Amino acid sequence: MNAWLRHHWLGFSQTARRLAATPLASLLNVAVIGVALALPLGGYVLLVNLQAFSRDIATDPQVSVFLAADAGKNDAAEVEKRLRAFPAVRAVQFVGKEQALASLKQRPGVAELVATLQDNPLPDAFVVTLGQAETALAQALERDIRMMPKVAHVQADWMWMRRVESALRFGRTGVALVAALLGFGLVAVTFNTIRLQILTQREEIEVSRLIGATDAYIRRPFYYLGALQGALGGGAALAMVNAGILVLNRDLSGLAGLFGGNLALEPLGAADGVAVAAFAAALGWIGSFLSVSRHLQKNSLQ
Amino acid sequence: MSAAPIISFSQVCKRYPGGYEALSDISFTIAPGEMVFVTGASGAGKSTLLKLIAAIERANSGTVLVGGQNVSAMRSGGIPFLRRNLGLVFQDQKLLFDRSVFDNVILPLQVSGHAYRDAARRARAALDKVGLLERERANPITLSGGEQQRLCIARAIVNRPSILLADEPTANLDAAYAELIVDMVHSFNQVGVTALIATHDERPIARLRARTIALARGRLAASPGTVGPPA
Repeated sequence: MNAWLRHHWLGFSQTARRLAATPLASLLNVAVIGVALALPLGGYVLLVNLQAFSRDIATDPQVSVFLAADAGKNDAAEVEKRLRAFPAVRAVQFVGKEQALASLKQRPGVAELVATLQDNPLPDAFVVTLGQAETALAQALERDIRMMPKVAHVQADWMWMRRVESALRFGRTGVALVAALLGFGLVAVTFNTIRLQILTQREEIEVSRLIGATDAYIRRPFYYLGALQGALGGGAALAMVNAGILVLNRDLSGLAGLFGGNLALEPLGAADGVAVAAFAAALGWIGSFLSVSRHLQKNSLQ
Repeated sequence: MSAAPIISFSQVCKRYPGGYEALSDISFTIAPGEMVFVTGASGAGKSTLLKLIAAIERANSGTVLVGGQNVSAMRSGGIPFLRRNLGLVFQDQKLLFDRSVFDNVILPLQVSGHAYRDAARRARAALDKVGLLERERANPITLSGGEQQRLCIARAIVNRPSILLADEPTANLDAAYAELIVDMVHSFNQVGVTALIATHDERPIARLRARTIALARGRLAASPGTVGPPA
């Protein structure tokens, strides 16, 4: 092991020992960070689940394709063939002009109006059902269909898709704001913890400087403390959120049972856990960096 | 003194903020392996002189050379490496009471990145030299004043420094213990360590016939080297 690695190991092990030496204080710090992170994390989990849920319950979006009045049988067959070729299209239903007129005649109030017509003004049409409810995909498809020969008009109704998407966007922005705010809180908590730790270790820092410790040697344990506290806080947040999901799922399955469905929130997995811990560790490191930079220069022995 | 000096002061002035001039126009040299006492009344500038050597304070003018390096112009990044070659003994010991005697002594070796096994061996050897090996697990707060000073010496010499700087190491000790501490420093000097002891206690100087640098109100009071040859 070279000196650099030894110094890092020393910094890390000292920090871990220090955390273990004051278990209650360490636990409370970790809990504060955990709660601060659990709020946006919980929001994120709800959003992800809501997104998946909205895909499940939504009726699949439909596009009505009206052909030109002069389109013949062959044209209609050609358009149908091309519509079916789109991978996003799940079903294509042909509605002939006679069929459309007949269904129109059955509508009360409209029948009299239709009876006055000499010709059938309605065109042949297709009702296209999409497999996925994504606005961008549907809009691209709409553009492509419009370009087809003998297609006169395309009407798509994805207002509800836009509604769901903008609601989710609103939720995401909200979660991002809360996350930014509480991330700042985490940095502030770490800043203060490290400040107190520097005060506690004032003598050790002074002695270390006198016997030839470099600035990096003195700063290192504090960086580890900030990062370790952040990572543990991230782990605590993950545990809190998953425990919350467990409790909620019990009630949710009862609720869903009443509607004859099956509903459960998906807990956070290992990859999410690692990401949260790494993110929290990075924030903790930033907090300790700011604190060390602010407080160690003041009582410097050069 | 044929060898190049290990410590050299040339027209050094040190003024503290507020205008108080602690040292003015100090010039002297110390050869490798010398043992020198810095004497003078309280406020004469003894501590400041030692602090300039360890770069705890910086001179306002003049040059302080330690081992050929100009300490007064040294970048702050170089100071830790200068200090690793110095052993510092303080009047107030500056021991850490949140760890054992052994952990206090091993600290300089951890700071300089020694492997633990080697560091532990050297720490025990240093404790053995000052007679505290059997107390290695004790907390320094349980040691007597003299033992704490010995511990401070062990920490100062564990890194095998070429220069030992002791600031009033006997100030709070009775005569017998003071003699023991000075003898301890003297024994390190006899194996080649350059030793500089700031003290107002005249007794060991006469006994060891060591050279003195006498200070009075921040100035050299007598030409150095008047009291006997180097030990």
